[in-house]
Amino acid sequence: MPIFRLSPPFLAGTNRVTLHMLQVLVALVPEVIAMTYYFGPGVLINVTLAVIVALITEAVMLKLRDRPLKPFLSDGSAAVTAVLLALAVPPLSPWWMTVIGVTFAIIFAKHLYGGLGYNPFNPAMIGYVLLLISFPLEMTTWLPVQSLAEQPMGWLSSLQLIFTGQFNGLDIDAYSGATPLDAMKTQIVLDRHPEFISSQELFGMAGGRGWEWINIWFALGGIWLLYRKVISWHVPVAMILALLIISSITTLIDPTVSGSPLFHLVSGGTMLGAFFIATDPVSGSTTLKGRIVFGAGVGILTYVIRIWGGYPDGVAFAVILMNMLVPLIDYYTQPRVYGGATR
Amino acid sequence: MSVPLTKFPGGLKLTGHKNRSTQVPIRKTPLSKQLVLPLQQHIGAAAVPIVEVGDKVLKGQRIAHAEGHVSVCLHAPSSGVITAIGEHAIPHPSGLSAPCITIETDGEEQWIERQQIADFRQHTAHELRQIIRDAGIVGLGGAGFPSFIKLNPGVHHTVETLLINGAECEPYITCDDMLMRERAEGILDGVEIMLFALRASRCILAIEDNKSEAITAMRFALSHRPHLSQTEIVVVPTRYPTGGEKQLIQVVTGKQIPSNKLPIDIGIVCHNPGTAYAVGRAILHGEPLISRIVTVTGTDVTHAGNFETLLGTPIKDLLDFCETKRQPDEPFIQGGPMMGYSLAGDDLPITKTANCILVGVDDVAPPAQPLPCIRCGDCAEACPVSLLPQQLYWYSRAKDFDQTRNYNLFDCIECGCCDYVCPSKIPLVSYFRFSKTEIMNQQREQQKADLARERHESRLARLEREKQEKEERQRQRKAALAASKAAKAKKDSPEKPEPTDSDAKEKV
Repeated sequence: MPIFRLSPPFLAGTNRVTLHMLQVLVALVPEVIAMTYYFGPGVLINVTLAVIVALITEAVMLKLRDRPLKPFLSDGSAAVTAVLLALAVPPLSPWWMTVIGVTFAIIFAKHLYGGLGYNPFNPAMIGYVLLLISFPLEMTTWLPVQSLAEQPMGWLSSLQLIFTGQFNGLDIDAYSGATPLDAMKTQIVLDRHPEFISSQELFGMAGGRGWEWINIWFALGGIWLLYRKVISWHVPVAMILALLIISSITTLIDPTVSGSPLFHLVSGGTMLGAFFIATDPVSGSTTLKGRIVFGAGVGILTYVIRIWGGYPDGVAFAVILMNMLVPLIDYYTQPRVYGGATR
Repeated sequence: MSVPLTKFPGGLKLTGHKNRSTQVPIRKTPLSKQLVLPLQQHIGAAAVPIVEVGDKVLKGQRIAHAEGHVSVCLHAPSSGVITAIGEHAIPHPSGLSAPCITIETDGEEQWIERQQIADFRQHTAHELRQIIRDAGIVGLGGAGFPSFIKLNPGVHHTVETLLINGAECEPYITCDDMLMRERAEGILDGVEIMLFALRASRCILAIEDNKSEAITAMRFALSHRPHLSQTEIVVVPTRYPTGGEKQLIQVVTGKQIPSNKLPIDIGIVCHNPGTAYAVGRAILHGEPLISRIVTVTGTDVTHAGNFETLLGTPIKDLLDFCETKRQPDEPFIQGGPMMGYSLAGDDLPITKTANCILVGVDDVAPPAQPLPCIRCGDCAEACPVSLLPQQLYWYSRAKDFDQTRNYNLFDCIECGCCDYVCPSKIPLVSYFRFSKTEIMNQQREQQKADLARERHESRLARLEREKQEKEERQRQRKAALAASKAAKAKKDSPEKPEPTDSDAKEKV
């Protein structure tokens, strides 16, 4: 076989961007299945819709920016953004919300900054935050898990609700309810004790009914990514530990201020954030020490926003806020170079 | 005595592909009709020819003399006639040619008279170094630094450790491995001389753990030299780039060479086993460096192996001898697949630094269109120097060379680990080389500009000085003229004296 490359190294490693993204997608498959099991086919419909819209938007933007279609469309990054965003929005969100979120993420958060590799913020979280700020009602009303629903969602009803907003004369509001994080937050304000709150039907063993399993599935997917060396342990471990430590401290000081530390680990977007969002290489810190700082920051900010902020979950805001600090973190966490040279 | 090992950060586990060329013992390459010897096969100043076209030379005869301090001599690898002294293509990534001496061999292999030294301890270290220099010995690991300089610690340094680098971490290359297997005694001869010249208190012979036969052979040879009790064989883990001088020193001593310093500054001198062998041959047998072991291997080589090859042998002859599936103009690699360089033509000679000729590699890197950097940081994790290659890449792209220096660009050893792991297939090392060259060019330009400015300023100063001198001369001339006029006038009318101040006062 002839050697075309004229400069060393002449050996090729197996590491590829496309492979990286594909493995992230593979790691997300069990979670999509688990979420579909708990929240009905709406999840699957959202994911499919988001991926299609993302690929179309990506293609249009590449065309407009006069970039080659094939290498960038096939790198899988647009699909990863789409799936992550689709898993973050409520399962029966109207179609136009998914479309707005995904197109905004791809156009504004990614391509207007220069496309793959150049975006300072996590595109999926930018899309999510846009929706959260613009449509707070739709974004915070999730379905209860299927087992708690009066009538479980089928394919037909899900499709109809997503695309028309109505099914059998009832709109989405009739099917949806608060998430466990939301319930915890609003009821603590009413001076109810977290232990009492978590004894309600909405809650399971440690977190929300269903949510705890979904978080465990996300963690398992993440561990597979760790095993495959797609992500490094620094960000997830730092984020989970930080969240665990800060929630333990506040619980020890005042048990009525929040749910148990375990509740925070398996609720909302904790594991999705720890393994799939905060580990985004492009918008995260790149030094090993920096990743620990970054992950810890996301963990602490997530808790702070959950408890004292205006939104039930804080992962998205925490990630974006830490994205802003990345240049600073990277600057101050440079490793000591061989021979002791420092800046 | 055992040495605790340290791990250096980063690095790669690469498939060795070493078995391909270790199946048969070292063979001699047949004598070529023509030998082409570049005058510069080492770092430093090129040697100066002391023969002329038409001269008949003997095997081992000196044909070019070392000029300047950092330089070594060059010898005829075989007997024959000098047929040309002039430009010839040399193995260099640039494809440029350089001054070479061409010898038409006569096939008689007639040696010069060899000065053998039975007991080198009767000689001073200085004398031994001189012989080593005259024998044309340079580092045979690839860099080609004149060895006699590294055997001269000077009065300001004491050498504690002589480190023989038998790590040979690049895939495919096995010339040191085979030399250690087959000529362990010869290597130890050189080690003894080196230890003597350096007055080093101990010697570590580091070998990667994938070379078990070499380890056994060296251990066996060492066990028969009880007086070499300060010498120890240290088996180091196989991990690229353990064979890098800085990395190996870190592995066996746990120490790092401070930035901009040399191993000698921490009491270590590092030599290649091939160099040690050459030193032994030069001192004990009076043989100058006229051949070296070359690994010829790769997926397209039919009879891969290691060859004791005369310097100046055309690479084409060597490849023909091994039979390759290579097309005439197809590039091949000199050196290893990680740090070697590709050469297009095979009308090039084997030089002192040619450790391996590689024709075709498994897992070849295709000429990929690089994707944008996704800041994954894999490069930083693989970097054995703990650099941040991706930051260096951004600043190199932006031509922000001040920042590349701030991020320690010049500590990069160009091992290619970052390149290898990059998921976007960005040719990182090429960017770093570009930046280094640019910075060095800028420095050269700056020096030139400084020199020009100094010249200009001194010219202005000279003009000014000349102007002043001229004025001074004119003034003096005028003054002299005025004085002579006045004297003349005085002589003409002595009765009418010049009015003085006192006269003026009186008038008032």
